[in-house]
Amino acid sequence: MAANGNMTPTEYISHHLDPLQVGSGFWTFNVDSLGIAIVLGIFFISLFAYVGKKATSGVPGKLQCFIEMVVEFVDNSVKETFHAKSRLIAPLALTIFVWVFLMNAMKLIPVDFVPILAGLVGLTFASSSSKGYVGEDAGIFERAMDHPWSYMKAAPTTDLNTTLALAIGVFLLIIFYSVKHKGLGGFIKELTLNPFNHWALIPFNLVLELVTLIAKPISLSLRLFGNLYAGELIFILIAMIGLWQLPLHFAWAVFHILVIVLQAFIFMMLTIVYLSMASEKH
Amino acid sequence: MDINATLLGLLIAFVVFVLFCMKFVWPPLISAIEERQQKIASGLEASDLAEKDLEKARAQANEELNAAKIEAAAIIDQAKKRATKLVEEETQRGHAEREKIIASGHTEVETERNRVREELRKQLSILAIAGAEKILEREIDAQKQSDIVEKLVAEL
Repeated sequence: MAANGNMTPTEYISHHLDPLQVGSGFWTFNVDSLGIAIVLGIFFISLFAYVGKKATSGVPGKLQCFIEMVVEFVDNSVKETFHAKSRLIAPLALTIFVWVFLMNAMKLIPVDFVPILAGLVGLTFASSSSKGYVGEDAGIFERAMDHPWSYMKAAPTTDLNTTLALAIGVFLLIIFYSVKHKGLGGFIKELTLNPFNHWALIPFNLVLELVTLIAKPISLSLRLFGNLYAGELIFILIAMIGLWQLPLHFAWAVFHILVIVLQAFIFMMLTIVYLSMASEKH
Repeated sequence: MDINATLLGLLIAFVVFVLFCMKFVWPPLISAIEERQQKIASGLEASDLAEKDLEKARAQANEELNAAKIEAAAIIDQAKKRATKLVEEETQRGHAEREKIIASGHTEVETERNRVREELRKQLSILAIAGAEKILEREIDAQKQSDIVEKLVAEL
């Protein structure tokens, strides 16, 4: 599906990996990640809220059954791991699971599809902003891929910003729960006196515990990002090999169905585990 | 692949989604699930109870049926006995009645015979007297001969 004749493979790959950006410096927004993530989140919330509003305790419809299966699955996972009482954890886990799943699932859309579509939309509505690398006589797809809007990427979780945003949210909750359940003093004590309970070793403990603490969101975000980014890269490489990409793409996509669900589940499960660790006294 | 303001945007989106989920998604769904679980549990319990009740009712019905059977047998037995007794009594009464009727018949016949005999005797005496009157054709003092007549009557 490489409809871009005069791109070198390197250009093609970087075209697919670079995000569509607005702004400059730190105040740059990745329009693709932000937009698609928010659209998917709204889809998730409105679908579930709609079903929840219509939910009956009698015989449920098929959609309600499906939604309830997801909810119950998350609820069981939370109940098994998180023993303190909290009204936040289960909805948090559900949001993470479904949202991350939906964002991951965007990866199953063939890699050229969204960029070309976005490029075509760009050509239609903002043709003046074309980069002009290809002439007016080039094919419509090539011109679409030339348009800056074609930097649109489908899967928000292949962007480190997305996974890090989720992980930082979780990280803030870890700190919140630690303070809430152990008190500020308890939390500081845990950070300073934990492996070796001696005043002389407080700096050492602090370094150790801070690394442990910060490793949680870092590993959380990098795990999801790494898995999805690597998968995406493979998809892009497959997309460059001509006709044989069709069976290969299919095989890789089938394999990725597993990765998509698994990574969403792992993110949710680790969130629950971290929060339950934060809220349990040692 | 640099960290930029997208992070902040998505963090805000994440918080908003979690809050929405906490407020509008989770409570109705989980309450529907829990309500249904309760319904199913109570339904199962009710069905268990109903089964037990049915078993009990069946046992009771059996018991009552058996009792009724025994009672019926007793009633039939009693009725049979009574019938035999009645038949016997009636037979006996019939016999007695017959005897009585026969006896009364006998007495009646006897009385009638006696009466007829008396009548015949009287008639005969009159006949005898008339005959004697004709034979004698004389004045016979009826008074004087009455004792003879009386004797005759008594002899008849």
